[in-house]
Amino acid sequence: MAGSTLEIKDLHVEIEGKEILKGVNLTINGGEFHAVMGPNGTGKSTLASAIMGHPKYEVTKGSVLLDGEDVLEMEVDERAQAGLFLAMQYPSEISGVTNSDFLRSSINSRREEGDEIPLMQFIKKMDENLDYLEIDKDMAQRYLNDGFSGGEKKRNEILQLMMLEPAIAILDEIDSGLDIDALKVVSKGINKMRKDDFGCLIITHYQRLLNYITPDQVHVMMQGRIVKSGGPELAQRLEAEGYEWIKEELGIEDETVGQ
Amino acid sequence: MAVDTKLPYEEQYISEYSQKRNEPEWFRNIRLNAFRQSEDLPMAKANKTRIIDWNFTNFKHDVAGEPIQSYDTLPEQIRVLLGDESEAENKNLIIVRNNDVAYANLSQDLKDNGVIFEDIFTALNEHGDLVQKYFMTDGVAVDENKLTARHAALLNSGIFLYVPKNVVIKDPVQVVFWQEDDEAAVFNHVLLVAEENSEVTYVENYYSANANKESVANLVSEVFAHANAKVSYGGVDNFAAGTTTYVNRRGVADRDAQIEWALGQMNDGNTISENTTHLKGDNSICNAKSVSVGRGKQKQNFTARIVNWGKDSDGYILQHGVMKDQSSSIFDGIGKIEHGATRANAEQESRVLMLDEGARGDANPILLIDEDDVTAGHAASVGRVDPLQLYYLMSRGISQQEAERLVIHGFLDPVVREIPIETVQKQLKAVIEGKVN
Repeated sequence: MAGSTLEIKDLHVEIEGKEILKGVNLTINGGEFHAVMGPNGTGKSTLASAIMGHPKYEVTKGSVLLDGEDVLEMEVDERAQAGLFLAMQYPSEISGVTNSDFLRSSINSRREEGDEIPLMQFIKKMDENLDYLEIDKDMAQRYLNDGFSGGEKKRNEILQLMMLEPAIAILDEIDSGLDIDALKVVSKGINKMRKDDFGCLIITHYQRLLNYITPDQVHVMMQGRIVKSGGPELAQRLEAEGYEWIKEELGIEDETVGQ
Repeated sequence: MAVDTKLPYEEQYISEYSQKRNEPEWFRNIRLNAFRQSEDLPMAKANKTRIIDWNFTNFKHDVAGEPIQSYDTLPEQIRVLLGDESEAENKNLIIVRNNDVAYANLSQDLKDNGVIFEDIFTALNEHGDLVQKYFMTDGVAVDENKLTARHAALLNSGIFLYVPKNVVIKDPVQVVFWQEDDEAAVFNHVLLVAEENSEVTYVENYYSANANKESVANLVSEVFAHANAKVSYGGVDNFAAGTTTYVNRRGVADRDAQIEWALGQMNDGNTISENTTHLKGDNSICNAKSVSVGRGKQKQNFTARIVNWGKDSDGYILQHGVMKDQSSSIFDGIGKIEHGATRANAEQESRVLMLDEGARGDANPILLIDEDDVTAGHAASVGRVDPLQLYYLMSRGISQQEAERLVIHGFLDPVVREIPIETVQKQLKAVIEGKVN
């Protein structure tokens, strides 16, 4: 069997009593890259956070299944151990914890006690990935995201992705705030992950990331739902024409959720 | 009030105890005067901390300790403080077990250089003049409060460390105070004198395991760094929940002298801790660094104070505390610049992290300045663990407990990594690990 399957069914999510997602349906299989696009304020990041279990988001209806297992019943760490990964839009800064210690703890959390990753193997893998992402080796010993620039944080998210090798990754606006060179490097890292047993959900509101990462499917989100799906050509049309034509086609006046 | 606040001892007991320890008369008189004063003196001050129901009077005062036969017979918690057997054997080390010296080693080289490192009862007989010159005269006064007076009256343990002029001791000199008996009190006095141009690193460890039985620790350290001397003083306090601790560590720095404090305040019981340094001489320097982890229901009160008297003197206080469970702590940081201390500098930073809903912490930065031409600064923060930090760590597969462990280590690490004594760094990491899990 190639890879895992993440099924999102009729997902409704509230934040502080306000409904943001109003019935999202989406299935991601191993080997597939999906892009979720849409203007700001349509619920894209809420989708990412709700799947991972962000403490502020409350799922009121629907289900999320990973290979048939109920993800919503799992604690955040269990979701990660089951194979999910979220590259966050705003990664936390954690002073006093080195990147390297953090990554080793993360890797070992997926392994049995007594079967921790050997230190040399870890260092080798870390060095390879740092090189691949053109990150200075010093970053391994710096405190986790502490004082990192926006671009460094994004690269660090992709470094974690490459180190942890999840079954399904969600990338929440991994391209925001990146210059073109950084965007290329980050894309290179993501593309390296592409294989039959890896599925990816890319959230973005710019098409430009998709110039470097070709999605198998593109979904447009408005008003807390996926309103249109298509192939890579849909992203290109959005780049050329914007979102207005979709709103007209579907009779949507305000694409955002609430105010 | 159900708690008895009067000592269950009489003058006669103190006199007899002093005779048993074979003390000179002047010292016995200090004890007896202190005892008489102790009844009327006010309690030690503990800002914003209710100490009225703390146990200061219920303890065993005179408990013998057996000599240590071999490294293997030591409990793990002591061995971790000493390193492995060969490391331990080569140390300049005293182990005090209950109230007696159970092991002592000082290298011939240091002896030949005139270094004195011995228990205070021996020092009273062999180096009485030196002890008399420094004991509770210019450092901590007997009559500062009820607890300092009780300390002098009931002193049952002590260390005298004397470093002669121009002698530089490279490796740390260490003392382990092991309260093996669950009810044995320790009234311990550390007297450290570093003569001109000398250098020494002193490390002390207090350890007890009396989680359920009550006892008392009443500790006074006096450190004198004479002109251009450098003293690094590391301490890891690790009394169990049953011990109520009063610890008063005091430093006096002369011209160009430097005192570095590196304190791990890791007791599990109620604690009042005061760490004051007087920068008497021009150009003197003090760094006072401490970390603390509170847990259970313990209450703690920490005061770090540096007083600038000398011109161009420089004081820096750095304290970080983590409060778990229902523990609570007050961190007072006091920078005082006296009139005439031109170009003095007083900096401080206190940070408290509260982990659980019931935990409480308070950081009070205080600057008192009586001189115009100075620099001073303070930073203080009290906060709870950011749930988004835990979410971020957990989203990589790390369990909540492990995530909290990382955040706590991370919060304390900026202080721990600045501690200039490697042994203390290692010990602290081990003790923090034990308290966090």
